[in-house]
Amino acid sequence: MTVAVDKTKCIGCGACVVECPVEAMDLIDGIAVVDPKKCEDHGKCVLVCPTNALAIPNQPLMSKEELDPEAGSKFNLKDPLPEAVKDYAQDNDKKTIPAQVTPVAGGDVWSGVWVIIEYTNGKVAPVSWELLGEGRKLADAIGCGLSGVITGNEIDSVIPEAFAYGAEKVYVVDHPILNDYRTEPYAEAITSLVKKYQPEIILMGATSMGRDVFPAIATKLQTGLTADCTVLGIDPETKLLQQTRPAFGGNIMATILCRTSRPQMSTVRPRVMAMPERIDGREGELIREEFTLDESDFRTKIIEFIRSDAKSAFLDKAEIIVAVGLGLAAKKNLAIAEELADVLGGTIAGTRGAVEAGWLTHDQQVGQSGVTVRPKVYIAIGISGAVQHLVGMETSDCIIAINNDPEASILKVANFGIVGDLFQIVPAMTAEFKKRLQHGVAN
Amino acid sequence: MNFVVCLKQVPDTSEVRIDPVTNTLMREGVPSIINPYDAHGLEEAIRLKEKVGGKVTIVCMGPPQAKEALKKAMSYGADRAILLSDRAFGGSDSLATAYILSMALKKLHETEPIDLVFAGKEAIDGDTAQTGPGIAQRLGFPQLTYAIKVRELTETSITVERKTESGRQVVQAQLPALLTVEKELNDLSYASLPNMMKAAAYEPETWDAKTLLFDVKQMGLKGSPTSVSRIFAPPSRSGGEIIDASKDPASIAATVVQKLFQSNVIMVNPLAKGGKR
Repeated sequence: MTVAVDKTKCIGCGACVVECPVEAMDLIDGIAVVDPKKCEDHGKCVLVCPTNALAIPNQPLMSKEELDPEAGSKFNLKDPLPEAVKDYAQDNDKKTIPAQVTPVAGGDVWSGVWVIIEYTNGKVAPVSWELLGEGRKLADAIGCGLSGVITGNEIDSVIPEAFAYGAEKVYVVDHPILNDYRTEPYAEAITSLVKKYQPEIILMGATSMGRDVFPAIATKLQTGLTADCTVLGIDPETKLLQQTRPAFGGNIMATILCRTSRPQMSTVRPRVMAMPERIDGREGELIREEFTLDESDFRTKIIEFIRSDAKSAFLDKAEIIVAVGLGLAAKKNLAIAEELADVLGGTIAGTRGAVEAGWLTHDQQVGQSGVTVRPKVYIAIGISGAVQHLVGMETSDCIIAINNDPEASILKVANFGIVGDLFQIVPAMTAEFKKRLQHGVAN
Repeated sequence: MNFVVCLKQVPDTSEVRIDPVTNTLMREGVPSIINPYDAHGLEEAIRLKEKVGGKVTIVCMGPPQAKEALKKAMSYGADRAILLSDRAFGGSDSLATAYILSMALKKLHETEPIDLVFAGKEAIDGDTAQTGPGIAQRLGFPQLTYAIKVRELTETSITVERKTESGRQVVQAQLPALLTVEKELNDLSYASLPNMMKAAAYEPETWDAKTLLFDVKQMGLKGSPTSVSRIFAPPSRSGGEIIDASKDPASIAATVVQKLFQSNVIMVNPLAKGGKR
């Protein structure tokens, strides 16, 4: 008997290949393949398969479907612990940390949740505070501390903020070389902190800075990194961070584990985690670290910084967005959306289709290959709601969609879905908004 | 100058879906394409080669059928294409993938020093944006990510405009360096007929794990700290009120606006009350 592979279900994750005790599994062209000469029906691969693609024929009890018929569709269901995780989390007591053990540089103990606070051009990226809120939940779940890390030049004003948003400890590297963000010095500063204090989990915003410096740090540390997460969870027993992120252009969500190395590193998409409560005057422990490198150690220099003056550059911070799709039919019709945006003080954005049609520029694009937004109000005009667009806006507080197709996907995520002719509805809405806002009449 | 372009063959992700019933990936009939961001990296390398002279080598990791992507890439005017293909590479995450690509680049660098490496800012199937920086770190090259413009290239340095949330950062790096590029960097050219004919007859080289004396512990599944534990369809937001405005659009619009005010979604004086959530 040999393990059977359902090729339509296999996602080529390779968990079975790692798990198989007799090396009978292989990935060929992204699909699990069994060597029948080697397979001894241990069934470990069957248990570890995330999509129930594997089964041992005539041994239904080994099938995960049998153990839990809903295993494939339930998210965050407790996994049968894969061997690789057991290696890390259970069989080796030294690596599973009782909450209060302090890590020693170079040792096996990794403890604590760290958030790297992004501070550039005198401003903190708000996602840093969102992550202190999320980090708090993770730290509480596994019973460890929460720390913030600030790197930059003259950063003292940021320290009380980090405490106010919930950090118990703040690590600071303050040096003129770190004045402007550059990969090399920032990666060096953060890596040496991590090596010294050995945190278990490190989070940073999935901003252009986070997504530039974290891959460099993960490579230096030779550990796993999951980019652009939208959901984080944690298993209190194994302390494995469940890092969920969109993949394949947002058409699927995947939960990634970093099974075999520490720290566990994630970048997290801005504006998907809630902003935590800010408590002024909260205090904590401050640890200052020296920055020992010299300018001659680095091979890059900043020539200048050109601030973007376009409104759209701040799309991800806009409170009201009026977005257009191909339903608008022609560039000249953009005017009706612009009038609405003007009345509301909103920002114009659009779908990839609208950008490719040349109506808008690339930095006005909302969605998977554009900007992720989370405004108070998102008004979608003539947008059908391709999944790539939805992932970029569906966490908006209130979505109003206007579309003439009652089957349009956008209507399924809208708080108010108006089915009808946008060329009549939008100007009517604009007029009504104008009337009420000018007269200060709400009802 | 010696240019290297890292390129990936990817499924056209707009075609990939999850079967809502079985919760599995539907992959049949999904066409393969050159990762669009990588195509812009290749375009820039070829333009720079035409300007300053030199050669462009494409390196791609993937299954044997990725040769098709390499042949297509050759038709744009590259000089050499190498496919890194070995079963042992299967299941590599971004850390292991960067290791494999960096070993290939090291091998190239030893015989003919590399000046500039190009990669897309990310691949559209994984969207991790980690492989480029991973290669740069392992080679010890400075990394310039999210490049939208090459301002200047000299014998010893490159000056690039990088895209960030608040504006463009202009950075100069010593060569050799690695760039990951955005689509805004350039407009793609068409392949010329002579190059297309040359590419059709071209057979990319294939390097496997043995060619490169890889450390097997650092590649494939064993060299990958991260792994997928679950996949599922994106959670759908539950819908709200659907309003049919086909009959009397103007009054329906007015009613909706009224509701927005009543539920405080829009406030009469947004500057005074609105703003912060």
